[in-house]
Amino acid sequence: MSEQTATTQHVGGLDVDALRGDFPILTRTVGEHPLVYLDSAATSHKPNRVIDAEADFYRRHNANAHRGIHMLGEEATQAYEGARATVARFLGAPEPETIVFTRGVTESMNLVAQGWGRRHLREGDEVLLTEMEHHSNIVPWQMTVAATGATLRYIPLTDDGLLDLSQLGSLLTERTKIFSVTGMSNALGTITPLRQLADAAHAVGALVAVDAAQLTPHSPIDVQALDVDLLGFTGHKMLGPTASGGLYGKVDVLESMDPLLGGGEMIHEVFPDHSTYKPAPYKFEGGTMPIAQQVGLAAAIDYLEALGMANVRAHEEEITRYALDRLLDAGATVFGPKDPSIRGGAVSFWFKDVHPHDLATILNEEGVAIRAGHHCAQLVMRRYGVSATARASFYVYNTTAEVDAMIDALNRAQAIFS
Amino acid sequence: MALDDIYKEVILDHYKSPRNKRELPGAELQCHANNPLCGDEITVFAHLEAETVAEVTFQGAGCSISQSSASMMTEAVTGAVVDDAKALAADFRGMMAGDVEPEEERFGDLVALKGVVQYPIRIKCAVLAWDVLQDALDGAGEASGAQPHTV
Repeated sequence: MSEQTATTQHVGGLDVDALRGDFPILTRTVGEHPLVYLDSAATSHKPNRVIDAEADFYRRHNANAHRGIHMLGEEATQAYEGARATVARFLGAPEPETIVFTRGVTESMNLVAQGWGRRHLREGDEVLLTEMEHHSNIVPWQMTVAATGATLRYIPLTDDGLLDLSQLGSLLTERTKIFSVTGMSNALGTITPLRQLADAAHAVGALVAVDAAQLTPHSPIDVQALDVDLLGFTGHKMLGPTASGGLYGKVDVLESMDPLLGGGEMIHEVFPDHSTYKPAPYKFEGGTMPIAQQVGLAAAIDYLEALGMANVRAHEEEITRYALDRLLDAGATVFGPKDPSIRGGAVSFWFKDVHPHDLATILNEEGVAIRAGHHCAQLVMRRYGVSATARASFYVYNTTAEVDAMIDALNRAQAIFS
Repeated sequence: MALDDIYKEVILDHYKSPRNKRELPGAELQCHANNPLCGDEITVFAHLEAETVAEVTFQGAGCSISQSSASMMTEAVTGAVVDDAKALAADFRGMMAGDVEPEEERFGDLVALKGVVQYPIRIKCAVLAWDVLQDALDGAGEASGAQPHTV
C-alpha cells in the first residue's frame, strides 16, 4: 500500500493507516463520532477494489454466465470462471473444479448435510459435531438425521474454550461417517487443530467437513495440506460481496453428492421422467448464480493476497493480544482462549454486570459498533452459562486506537450502571 | 444526550431493584417467552380475583430495558380490572410503536420507556414482558370458558 508519514500505524506487518484509505465506509461518522467498526465477524467492509469490480461487471460485462454465445456472455463466463480459479488458488485447492460456488457457508453446509448426508447416512450411522459450532453447522445436520435416522454427537468444550479432545476416542468411532467442525469459532475465537482432527477422522473412515466462515478471512489456508474433504467459506466476511462464497470438495466426494437445486444450467440432458446432471461443480449451481458477487470475491482475494495472508494473520494476533490485555485489565470476563496464537480476533466478553445489549447500545452512542447476543451459537452460550455475550471482532483495517475507543466507551457504560 | 433518554434514572432503579420479581406459588396464570435475538427471558405469574388482576410477579434475565419494563408492568397492572390491564398492554405497545401519546397518570413510571422508541432494535426488549402478560390474560379467557368480561 502507499507510503505514509509519522502517524502511520504498523500492526503486525500491515500498514493499517494506509489501507484504511481503501475502505470508503471508514470515513463516515455515527452521530458526531467517527465509526469504530468492531463487528467484522458478522460482516467485513469492502475496499474500493471490490466495490469497483462488482460495479465494473455490471457496467461493462453483464450477461448470464455459461449461456450466451455473444461477446458479453463470453466475458461474463470468463470473469465467473476466473473467480473460481482465484478461489481455488487462495484455498490451495488442486483445480478450479473442486470449488462449488454458493451464497456462503450456510448454503455450503446445507449442501454437505443434504447433498452428501441424505445420500450416504442411514440408521446407526453417526455425525460428529462440536459444541462450538455456529447454528449453520448444527441445524442442517439436525434436518438430515431426522430424514435418515442417523445420530448426532458433539465434542464438548473445556472451560478455556477449547475442544475437549480427551473424549475424541469415544466420540469418533467406526459409526462416525462424517465429522463437521468449525475452523475458527465465531463465538469464542478458538482455532481448531484441523489437520489433527482430519487425521483422526480418516483413521476411522469418516469424512471431514469444515465450516471455515471465520477461518478463511483471517488465516492462510491450504485445503490439501489440511487434508480436509469439504470446506465451506463465506465471501462477505473476507472483504467480498454478500451472497459470494462456496464449498471446496475433493473430486470424488463432490461426485458422490446430490445437488440441492434442480433447474437450469445444472443438467446435462432432460427427459420427461428423469434428467442427467453435469459433473461437479456445475451440477450444484442450478439457476442464475450471484455472478457479479463472485467476481467481487475474486477482487477481495486479490486484495488480501496483496496484503499477504501471513501479514493479515500477524495483524490479527497483535490486535487481539492488545484487546485481550486491555479488556482483562479493565475487569472484563473473556470467554474463549486467552492466548492469541491459538485464536482469532472475535472476542466475546461480559463487562462487569452490564448486560451485552445495554453495552452495545451505549457503545453505539460513541460510534463503536460491537455485536451483542448469542452469535448463532446457543450451545456455546449454554456451556458457559450465559444467554448472550458482547463481542468485538477485528479485521485488517482495525487499529489499537479503536480498541482504546471501545475501552473508554465500556467504562462510560459501567459509569451509567454503577 | 440521547443516552439520557433511554437510561433514565427510573429505568435504572427498576433494573437494579426490580419490584415483584419472584415466583408466585399457586398462580393460576403463568406464561413464558424469550427474545431469540438476545436471549432475554421473562416469565409472568398472575393471580386473578373475579375480574381483577390481584397480584402479578415476574422472573427473568436480560437487559436493563426488558427487566425494568417487566418490573414497572407488575406495578402498573396490580389491582387493575383484567380488561383495563389488557388495554394498558395495548396502549403500551402503541407507545412503543410511536402511535400512542402516554397519559402521565395512567402510565406512571412506564412513561420513562418512551425514550426507547429512538432505538428500534431495543423496542422488542421493552415489549417482551407485555407480550407475556397479554398471552397470560388471553389464555385465562379461553381456559375459563371465555366468560365475557364486564367493566
